[in-house]
Amino acid sequence: MAVIDQSKIRNFCIIAHIDHGKSTLADRIIEKTGLLTSREMQAQVLDNMELERERGITIKAQTVRIVYKARNGEEYIFNLIDTPGHVDFNYEVSRSLAACDGAILVVDAAQGIEAQTLANVYLALDHDLDVLPVINKIDLPSAEPERVIEEIEDVIGLEAQEAPQISAKTGLNIEEVLEQIVEKIPAPGGSPDHPLQALIFDSLYDSYKGVIIFCRVKEGTVKTGTSIRMMATGAVSEVVEVGYFGAGQFIPCEELTAGMVGYITASLKNVRDTQVGDTVTDANRPCSEPLPGYKKVNPMVYCGMYPADGAKYPDLRDALEKLQLNDAALQFEPETSIALGFGFRCGFLGLLHLEIIQERLEREYNLDLVTTAPGVIYKVHKTNGEVIELTNPSNLPDPAEIEYMEEPVVNAEIMVTSEFIGAIMDLCQERRGTYISMEYMEETRALLKYELPLNEIIYDFFDALKSRSRGYASFDYEMKGYTRSELVKLDILINKEEVDALSFIVHSGTAYERGRKMCEKLKEEIPRHLFEIPIQAAVGSKVIARETVKAMRKDVLAKCYGGDISRKRKLLEKQKEGKKRMRQIGNVEIPQKAFMSVLKLDEK
Amino acid sequence: MPSKELELYLHIPFCVRKCDYCDFLSMPANEELRRHYVDCLMEEIKQKAALCREYQVTSVFFGGGTPSILPGVQIWELMEVLRSCFQICEDAEVTVECNPGTLTRQKLIYYKMAGVNRLSIGLQSANNQELQRLGRIHTYEEFLDSFGQARAMGFKNINVDLMSALPGQKQEDWINTLNKVLAVRPEHISAYSLMVEEGTPFYERYGEDERRREQGEPPLYLPSEEMEREMYLSTQELMRNKGYIRYEISNYAFPGRECRHNIGYWKLTPYLGLGLGSSSFLEEVRFSNTKDLKTYLSGENFSQEDCAYVFLDKRQRMEEFMFLGLRMMEGISRSVFQQMFGIKLEAVYGNVLEQLQQQGLLKQQEGRVALTEAGISVSNYVLSEFLLL
Repeated sequence: MAVIDQSKIRNFCIIAHIDHGKSTLADRIIEKTGLLTSREMQAQVLDNMELERERGITIKAQTVRIVYKARNGEEYIFNLIDTPGHVDFNYEVSRSLAACDGAILVVDAAQGIEAQTLANVYLALDHDLDVLPVINKIDLPSAEPERVIEEIEDVIGLEAQEAPQISAKTGLNIEEVLEQIVEKIPAPGGSPDHPLQALIFDSLYDSYKGVIIFCRVKEGTVKTGTSIRMMATGAVSEVVEVGYFGAGQFIPCEELTAGMVGYITASLKNVRDTQVGDTVTDANRPCSEPLPGYKKVNPMVYCGMYPADGAKYPDLRDALEKLQLNDAALQFEPETSIALGFGFRCGFLGLLHLEIIQERLEREYNLDLVTTAPGVIYKVHKTNGEVIELTNPSNLPDPAEIEYMEEPVVNAEIMVTSEFIGAIMDLCQERRGTYISMEYMEETRALLKYELPLNEIIYDFFDALKSRSRGYASFDYEMKGYTRSELVKLDILINKEEVDALSFIVHSGTAYERGRKMCEKLKEEIPRHLFEIPIQAAVGSKVIARETVKAMRKDVLAKCYGGDISRKRKLLEKQKEGKKRMRQIGNVEIPQKAFMSVLKLDEK
Repeated sequence: MPSKELELYLHIPFCVRKCDYCDFLSMPANEELRRHYVDCLMEEIKQKAALCREYQVTSVFFGGGTPSILPGVQIWELMEVLRSCFQICEDAEVTVECNPGTLTRQKLIYYKMAGVNRLSIGLQSANNQELQRLGRIHTYEEFLDSFGQARAMGFKNINVDLMSALPGQKQEDWINTLNKVLAVRPEHISAYSLMVEEGTPFYERYGEDERRREQGEPPLYLPSEEMEREMYLSTQELMRNKGYIRYEISNYAFPGRECRHNIGYWKLTPYLGLGLGSSSFLEEVRFSNTKDLKTYLSGENFSQEDCAYVFLDKRQRMEEFMFLGLRMMEGISRSVFQQMFGIKLEAVYGNVLEQLQQQGLLKQQEGRVALTEAGISVSNYVLSEFLLL
């Protein structure tokens, strides 16, 4: 391959609020640059998903190198770097952005700017990216491109008169976007002769190739045989292969030089060695300092994960280790529960992250899981001056030893149409929110700012927000810090025995309400036994709510003759099977889903 | 000389009208169709008899549906064909299920000629209002008439089917029915609690109520679980006072008048089912006939092709030995278990037995294991423990 002219490279990403058309535009760009015909693309995407399933890995197909022949007759290399779209992955987004030189901002021509639009733009501007606005969905009858252009200029302060007005769906004006990428997004800088300095923005584990590092080379050159060192983790290894991203394929090449985006495989067996945000350098000729911005990501939400079948504990550990290869933010450590046996306390960036991991464990690794209620990290200040970071409610010290406790709070921004402002303010109030401010973005829409305790939003805040605004509200948040709070540990006793896996930390003002709902929910979930089962919620030694599962008086089949036997067998098998999926606490059998049902207390 | 025991079940899937709670395979049919069916049944008997050369038949049971809907002569014809094809023991129990309103003197004469020695009469309730609500076609008075005629014809072994825990039924209503039936002194009484089965009109009416009851909520129409259990206990008491022995969860008889046919089902005796949808257990295989009348009447393939044959391995036979055998009040015998399976009961079920005995649901005495009164009430739970999953 000929030496690549650095001035012909454009490294960019696409940012957008959810559903504003990010992926569709990405697909369209790939298609327009002739990498794939639309038919092939369909096939390609499907193939990839099959591979993903086969190997149990996620190939981030949207990080792709494409070649565009511009109107000026020159060929340009585009590296389109995908970014995760959720607030949980803010750090990943920020590292992806750091690998780019510019960003395309997609705004829906009908909906205009949303909370995530703002958050993403600010993030991009923080990384000194040139932001190129694009108005999408102009084929919609409700499209108001003029209004949206005005909004972009007023709210964000970006010049938007020349923003391409496109329909990613129909392909309208896509070429305009490509031309503007060439014109408005700067070529990368850096020199191939400087010491190597490359940013890791993603990595994945492949059972054949080992760890594959996705990186943006800022300075220097890397090729097969280069001895590389990860500056934060200190891991050293020899490069086996370098290359770039085709459509869903890894295409090897001779070297990666400053300004290029590509992958490196080295004989690393542990993805923990390659953390997103870390800098790769040449071990023999290191750069003077790492790229800025690396931080060890810290989980914000914790929960216990247990295999439904205790014998699968080693499988769960293997699966978590594999997932961690591709997900540096996932943390886990072994723990035991009296109720659930051996499992792991796992840390996540947020609830979505938790759900994704849970789903991948279940789908890709075929594990049946029991998950305990998610919680945040509380700071427990003890009377002896010690401060504990509490991730598992069971480890809460004796109340007599506690001076006070702190909980994490976030700054939340909620974009909402004016008719729902009242409803959303009520919601924030119920969730112990502190009102900060309200700004009208335009006549019908406002940006509400609240300070909210994190533990009030990790359960179902997003769902509640959507349902109370008929889907119109959007939401974004960032960590603010810790604040002192009246917190108590709510315990659940089933047939007088405390079930550790059901305990959680709650604000004292909502303890009664939560306890009552827990008991009600558990009463629905726990089948009747031969004896009566009291279900109690308690704070300390004080019972604050109680329900009773009545004793089963009768479970008998009146008749069973020749024709009934097969049916009878099925019925008994079902009964026994059901019992196998239960957890025994004392002499009470608790269905596994009872442990998870407490996550959905507000559903009725 | 054939030595292995075999029971025969013949299914007559016709009724004047299907009762509202019934989920058995039955339907109304005209005379021509019924004749055609009986012809096919005879053909099936001839074909299947070949499978059973080494067996001698100890019981024949005509069930339904309503077997007494057939002209008496057809039962006689069927018995003739059976006798010509199978080795039927001289003292075999031969039962016909009958419904009041379909039984005539003439039919009873044919039954006698055919060698029928046991009648099973479906009464269900001695309260005409309840009968109407169940969708039955007869009255209590018609039952008395049928019963009297059967006695007059010399039938000395008669069962009466009864049903408790009906919607709206009170304890005294049930006691009333029982007393009325006990007054005529049938040799055998089957007293079932109503089961609300899916796909029946009763399910539409009371299915929701049944679910409430299963959740432990008070039902609106059906008797509560407590009431249902009270009815069950009073049945046992009343029957005992009149000399009946409860020998199975829902069956009562004068000593020596237990239904041999049904006991066979609970002791894993082989049986051959003949007729639409009937089930068989032969040479460790459970199989069943087609449930589709058209297919059956075509005569090409009586047996079901899809899910038909299930071979029971030793584990499954042990499970069935337990969950069927424990339905009987005498329970199961340790020595029979060991004889049948070549392994001690304790070696397979030691833990389960101990646990259930501790819970007061099982009792062990004189080499036998049986349900306790508490165990009967929750027998599904107890029996499911014997599955070796």
